[in-house]
Amino acid sequence: MTEGDEDRADALFHALADRTRRDIMRRVLAGEHSVTELAASYDMSFAAVQKHVAVLERAGLLVKRRNGREQLASGDVAAVRSVAGLLTELEQVWRGRIARIDELIASDPAPATPDPAAADQED
Amino acid sequence: MPVTDIRQDPDNRTLIITAEFAAPVERVWQVYADPRQLEKVWGPPTYPATVVDHDLKPGGRMTYYMTSPEGEKFAGYWQITAVDEPHSFAFDDGFADLDFNPNPDLPVSTNVYSFAPHDGGTRATYVNTYATAEGLQKVLDMGMIEGSRGAIGQIDDLLASS
Repeated sequence: MTEGDEDRADALFHALADRTRRDIMRRVLAGEHSVTELAASYDMSFAAVQKHVAVLERAGLLVKRRNGREQLASGDVAAVRSVAGLLTELEQVWRGRIARIDELIASDPAPATPDPAAADQED
Repeated sequence: MPVTDIRQDPDNRTLIITAEFAAPVERVWQVYADPRQLEKVWGPPTYPATVVDHDLKPGGRMTYYMTSPEGEKFAGYWQITAVDEPHSFAFDDGFADLDFNPNPDLPVSTNVYSFAPHDGGTRATYVNTYATAEGLQKVLDMGMIEGSRGAIGQIDDLLASS
């Protein structure tokens, strides 16, 4: 991978680290929306929503086109899939590991009965 | 369900997994202290792990390889950086050649595993961090993962429900 690819990956992760931007992505992946429509969906200024849209656009997750006075935004499904999948895939690896530890412990011949007095000393 | 929380921190390319086990901290520690137990839990059934060296001490190394369904071996190592038995340990997890020489071209993740008594059992916290998104991508691309189809399915569900 080139330096440019890496910068792009960083931009993608940054773009999706925000709840509003993820919500915008859900909408624009379902279909084209005007930025005005999107702005009406959130309790924030038009400028703020426009800024979120711009971050998503720079990350290559969303494309905009002009139709008369309207700016129409739509999501790039392939781009979203590539990023959103990363940590989720790693999650799956971990779920597998944890399940195997749980199984291993459960298969102990004499399951340990922890002493409740000694058990709750965290935090 | 032993996994109680999974937090993704995309900005820091970190995954934080919290799990609860119905066993004392010392028992959970044994899973990592005993190479035969560790190899049972580390690799998925489709990529079974074999632990070769195992020295769970600061400066020590654990080496292992995983075998693909086609019989191809992928080797890795844990370079242990801190140990506080039985509460926590930290290590760098990287790839190696089959003689266990670290491969500097492949990503290394930093890891902190900690175990605390909780509700008569153990709460385990796993913090897994990659230096770059590219590194994380590479690790996943290497195919040493399970459930990727499931993960893609989840994203399809998300797309379908929007």
